[in-house]
Amino acid sequence: MSADSTLAGWAARLGSGEISCRELAADCLARIEQGAHLNAFVSVDSQRVLDVAAERDAIPRAERGPLHGLPIAIKDIFCQAHTRTTAGSRMLEQWRAPYSAHVIERLEAAGAVLLGKTNMDEFAMGSSGENSHFGATRNPWDDSRVPGGSSSGSAAAVAAGMVPAALGTDTGGSIRQPAAFCGLTGLKPTYGRVSRWGMIAFASSLDQAGPMAWTAEDLAMLLGVIAGCDTRDSTSVDAPVDDYSKALSAPVSGRRIGIPSALLGADVAEPVRVAVDEARQTFERLGASIHEVALPTALAGVPAYYVLAPAEASTNLARFDGVRFGHRCSEPRNLTDLYLRSRAEGFGSEVKRRILTGTYVLSVGYYEAYYLQAQRVRRLIRDEFLAAFGQVDVILAPTTPGPAFALGEKVDDPVAMYQQDVFTIPANLAGIPALSMPAGMTGGLPLGVQLLGPHFGEATLLNLAHAFQQATDHHLERPSGVRE
Amino acid sequence: MSIDAEQVRRIAHLARIGLDADEADRYIGDLESILGMVERMRAVPTDGVAPLPHPIDLQQRLRPDVVTEADQRDLFQADAPAVAEGFYLVPRVVE
Repeated sequence: MSADSTLAGWAARLGSGEISCRELAADCLARIEQGAHLNAFVSVDSQRVLDVAAERDAIPRAERGPLHGLPIAIKDIFCQAHTRTTAGSRMLEQWRAPYSAHVIERLEAAGAVLLGKTNMDEFAMGSSGENSHFGATRNPWDDSRVPGGSSSGSAAAVAAGMVPAALGTDTGGSIRQPAAFCGLTGLKPTYGRVSRWGMIAFASSLDQAGPMAWTAEDLAMLLGVIAGCDTRDSTSVDAPVDDYSKALSAPVSGRRIGIPSALLGADVAEPVRVAVDEARQTFERLGASIHEVALPTALAGVPAYYVLAPAEASTNLARFDGVRFGHRCSEPRNLTDLYLRSRAEGFGSEVKRRILTGTYVLSVGYYEAYYLQAQRVRRLIRDEFLAAFGQVDVILAPTTPGPAFALGEKVDDPVAMYQQDVFTIPANLAGIPALSMPAGMTGGLPLGVQLLGPHFGEATLLNLAHAFQQATDHHLERPSGVRE
Repeated sequence: MSIDAEQVRRIAHLARIGLDADEADRYIGDLESILGMVERMRAVPTDGVAPLPHPIDLQQRLRPDVVTEADQRDLFQADAPAVAEGFYLVPRVVE
């Protein structure tokens, strides 16, 4: 098995001295330049990257961190001190973060080399990577197609071989859907597992940061570094962090896997259905047992989410007022004009659409019928998952209804775009962890399947995904021209 | 679900987003189709189900009542659109 381009592969070569941190960083910078047409990055400070990598090379072997010298790209939603942090928005086009996010502090302390900030749907609102002020990101497998979103640049950067891993965020599928579209493995951890401190808020009860890479083994390395309690995020959970790398090799035999047939009643392309079925058979061969699980309310997840997430967004994005930071219109006539025009100019059309939707569902006369009803549906969905995890260890489902779609195909139909999230949204509503991994190809494009687990069940998800990747080669597929 | 231009203008004003007439017209259709999709959720029976605001049952943590933040006003104001003498500037509110 070739694992040259994985995080683990580079860690081994850095450890043996076959390559230096600076040489690896320079190689990544060259690949970012070669792949500029994919529009994966918003900001790259090459000199600083090379300086940091050279500093890493000077660290004595005994003092090296678990991610020593490893190049990692960061979704531009994470604050990085004194670095431009845009969230893909004109609103923050010139804004430099005054401090670093918790996950950035953790990665730097572990010795990683942060390569740059990746493109994304504005404020993480999108499922295609097309809603960025800095232009759409393209899919390295087929540059006429979307890479998925909202962590579009992170997915494209890894798939194109620019970096071996990246951080994304996932509010309704924004790590898992682009991972599936780009042939990667991506993990949305349990809500509260990774601190949201320094992550620009979209929908605070749903947002969670997580890693994207080629393999479950690489995700385990990264999650071990970024997981853990941080008192600066009041929803960060003080639960012990498992040894995820150690958990990878646990036996799969005897594990119980749930199949939610009701969820598969949604519109699913035939190749996706086949991929899920083949994954089921692989797990059976590995000794797992398969059980039917009922998630009767999960299909109401999309409408519930598109009430709750816009409602939270409309509140969170009220902070962008043209006064304290971000874009301000020129020559405001009065304070109201300053607000109206700064926000009209600073936000793109999808962000405005969500703020308007959120404001509507929170307004007098609609709050009960929309917002509270969505929260009740949310409880039903969560409780159905909790009941299912009394019967099974994990649930196997598609990640997306189909493979990556064409650029421009869904931009004029917001509801068709939202429907892309049908399989990913339930995990965010329930706060449970979910992992997407490559599970086949159709027409030259990768397909993903998803494993969903109980709260704080990340070790089990990574264990099963790793076993799957030991038994199959789907995660070894690469776009043409990208090193294996 | 039927929305009219007046409703869109009212919501946009509540959200402090300036819209021109063309944009307002476009959002009428968008909001109608989004709220039409949301109707599916309203049909889910939820009698006796308590709203779930948050996926994990958390207790608010308490911490010692001590100052943990240093004064970083100059740093925070370095990227503000308009400041003077440590204050954020806005158009005159009181004549």
